[in-house]
Amino acid sequence: MQKPSNEAFLWMLFSAGGVIAAFLVPVHILLFGLAFPLGWLRAPSYEHLMPLVRLPLVRIYLFLLCSVPLFHWAHRFRYTLYDGLQVKHLNEVIFTLCYGGALLGTIVAGYLLWTMA
Amino acid sequence: MAPTTVEGVPAYTEFHPRWYRPRVSVYWWLGEWRYLRFILRELSSVFVAVFVIVTLLGLRALRNGAEAYARFMHRFENPAAIALSTISFFFVLFHSITWFNLAPSAMAIRFRGRRLPNIVVAAPNYVLWLVASVAVAWLVLR
Repeated sequence: MQKPSNEAFLWMLFSAGGVIAAFLVPVHILLFGLAFPLGWLRAPSYEHLMPLVRLPLVRIYLFLLCSVPLFHWAHRFRYTLYDGLQVKHLNEVIFTLCYGGALLGTIVAGYLLWTMA
Repeated sequence: MAPTTVEGVPAYTEFHPRWYRPRVSVYWWLGEWRYLRFILRELSSVFVAVFVIVTLLGLRALRNGAEAYARFMHRFENPAAIALSTISFFFVLFHSITWFNLAPSAMAIRFRGRRLPNIVVAAPNYVLWLVASVAVAWLVLR
């Protein structure tokens, strides 16, 4: 029998991250990357943003927005390297770097949001 | 137990002859638009990761106080940052659209015995996208 793999679990993270990225990332980039720096809209002040980020529900939102899409990236990027560049011999290294990176980002996000005064 | 042999069929063995697999060029995805589009769609995830890193830097700036936040927001105002934002925006948009349009392929919804057209199955995604985007913008801009 084939040994059980975590592929299904990782695929679920990939899928959930894809959903979060598809629904929420465009509006964030549009606002903070384009509308505010180009002066289309007035950027929110620190005094407005800080109380918002302190709300528990917003912290959970930001945590999910940062963490889960990283696992989406890890999955897609891993297979792009495997199939696109045919670097199958580096499977283990790529796997470790991709999911290690996603895990590191998750820890950083958790730390920043948990310790936000 | 020795494998039972059937007339004309080779016995099962763990070792099989080498398969014939023609080598595919590393640049297989460059020749045809369909393949390139697939690779570009997969690479949209890189811009999602860039977005997360920038967001984490923003959270760190917020955590460090008003001055750090002002410096962070100021960094977006140079042409290189605008270029990165523009490219990221279009890649992420590509991801959203391709992701939403997967819905009709993933589920065949039937209504009164007829399969609903693809656009009807994908449409709720676009409505939800609009609602979510407006909600985020409203909270940030309020």
